[in-house]
Amino acid sequence: MDYFLTEQQTMTRDLAKKIADEKIKPVAAHYDETEEFAWPVMKILAESDLFGVYIPEQYGGLGGGILDMCLVTEELSRACGGIALGFAGTGLGAIPILLYGSEEQKKRFLPDIAKGKKLAAFCITEAGAGSDAGSIKTTARKDGDRYILNGTKQWITNAGEAEIYTVIALTDKAKGARGASAFIVEKGAKGLSFGKKEKKLGIRASATREVIFTDCEVPASNLISKEGMGFIVAMKTFDSSRPGVAAQAVGIAQGALDHAVEYARTRVQFGQPISGFQGIQHMLADMGTQVEAARALVYAAARMVDSGAKSVAKESAMAKLFASEVAMRVTTDAVQIFGGYGYMREYPVEKYMRDAKITQIYEGTSQVQRNVIAANMIKESLKRQSRD
Amino acid sequence: MNIIVCIKQVPNTTEIRIDPVTNTLIRDGVESVINPFDTYAIEEAVRLKERLSGKVTALTMGPPQAEKALKEALSLGCDEAVLVSDRKFAGSDTWATSYTLAAAIRKIGAFDVVLCGKQASDGDTAQVGPGISVHLDIPQVAFVKKIEDVSVNAAKVERMTEEGYDIIETPLPCLLTVVKEINTPRLPSLKGLMRAKSAKIIRWTADDLEADPGSLGLDGSPTRVAKIFTPPPRKGGEILKGCAGDVSKKLVGLLKGVVI
Repeated sequence: MDYFLTEQQTMTRDLAKKIADEKIKPVAAHYDETEEFAWPVMKILAESDLFGVYIPEQYGGLGGGILDMCLVTEELSRACGGIALGFAGTGLGAIPILLYGSEEQKKRFLPDIAKGKKLAAFCITEAGAGSDAGSIKTTARKDGDRYILNGTKQWITNAGEAEIYTVIALTDKAKGARGASAFIVEKGAKGLSFGKKEKKLGIRASATREVIFTDCEVPASNLISKEGMGFIVAMKTFDSSRPGVAAQAVGIAQGALDHAVEYARTRVQFGQPISGFQGIQHMLADMGTQVEAARALVYAAARMVDSGAKSVAKESAMAKLFASEVAMRVTTDAVQIFGGYGYMREYPVEKYMRDAKITQIYEGTSQVQRNVIAANMIKESLKRQSRD
Repeated sequence: MNIIVCIKQVPNTTEIRIDPVTNTLIRDGVESVINPFDTYAIEEAVRLKERLSGKVTALTMGPPQAEKALKEALSLGCDEAVLVSDRKFAGSDTWATSYTLAAAIRKIGAFDVVLCGKQASDGDTAQVGPGISVHLDIPQVAFVKKIEDVSVNAAKVERMTEEGYDIIETPLPCLLTVVKEINTPRLPSLKGLMRAKSAKIIRWTADDLEADPGSLGLDGSPTRVAKIFTPPPRKGGEILKGCAGDVSKKLVGLLKGVVI
């Protein structure tokens, strides 16, 4: 399907595709098995300027937007949803600075991110604050020209590997979520440490660790926006980043689908390729249609974000919800088409199924997305009613 | 350091088709790419520039569509690109090609190193690189697998041989042809691709070069291709099996039957 991408977006997608096919596909199984962080691939992405596609030109990027970020994430995820997170997780960490950072903060942090010199990470989740992000416990106490952070963030993508962390912490415990603030914490900050690397079902090439703040000192100039804005920064960040997760889901689904079609063409049972059976054909047709529908929704949501639309929460959530559900269904069906071979780790599709699952969970579970969508629908209806 | 890297656009296929009448390559309907061996020359040129600063000029002789190969070279880090293109060059053999490229290199002007891939994947002659050095009257080292050291007026390189490698020192300017062992070519960068898109390719025709018209194209080519064909596959040998005594007797019998 033609999505009428600009020339630059087409170039971006084609380059990401080339890297995915030539540099990621051959090593995807290795990194899945070893759970190592794919630094050699990050270096290639950096040299190709891909880390800068969504960063404005004045900060060393290529001036694209969320759609550009989605195109890269999708192509990389087609080869490996885990390795793609080195890129996508950095985007998530950078968005708070892009949206709410001061000019000085943008100048200080974005060029290194755009060049791929530094990875980034976003830290909100805690042991007791998952879907209920408002109940975070990490605190930030102002002390002269610095803040002192205490607490532990959990399941942080890119933790330990990234140099730049955007962190949501409470500057005013009494106010709850309204007392939250966002900070930029650099690796090497006094009092910053990391927990053990988590062992996961899928996206095993991505690094997931605790980020631990023990009287961690952060310069006051690293406060994003102002005190009390932390929760808004986080929610607006998610509105912009969710199409990215959705793009990861589309990429994973597409990767599994490509394998399934090829396998169906070549696998012979009952004297003919199984692609000759209508049962398989209909499965493939449904998979292909779902993936294309998800992609169309993701690109539309990303374009809406890039247009500067005031509220994109509903559309972002829809894209993330739909694409991640599609990814889970399509990858499960891909394993089904492979049959017993699909269940074997020697074959590539079981990994796609494992990788797909996380897209229904992180950056808001499918259930949280439905909450966001429904809340916005109800709000819109009320608005319409009050106008009538 | 001024580096010139000579590249060739070739069909992206191992199934080369030859026109049975003209005995030249059929290029229609086949995707064109930079000769794979030349991608190592481009990478090495860009690395030399990054190490020593200077300028890399990509040069090719070919039809107008060879501009695509030059754009790709620009996206990979070359600074300028020259396309030498004229109907008069059509039918050039390796002698005429190297003569023409040498004339273009003279026109480009001051240079320290000329880099070429060891051979093209379509013609497989490995003659054009060394040929250029003869026309330019500069030293050449073929099959270079490592450039150890480059100074203002000399280079130390490793030339791959079947048994190992030779270490060779050569004065500059010189011409080197490189083998795939020399590096791993990088992928293009987005900024490189965008720069290449808007970059202007310098185009020269036969009239722009100081070249003897009789030495160009088919007329200037001493090679005459009589016929090109795929040699018939060799018949499989026979493996004699059994105990040593029987086998040796059988073998002697067979050898006696061979008429020399």
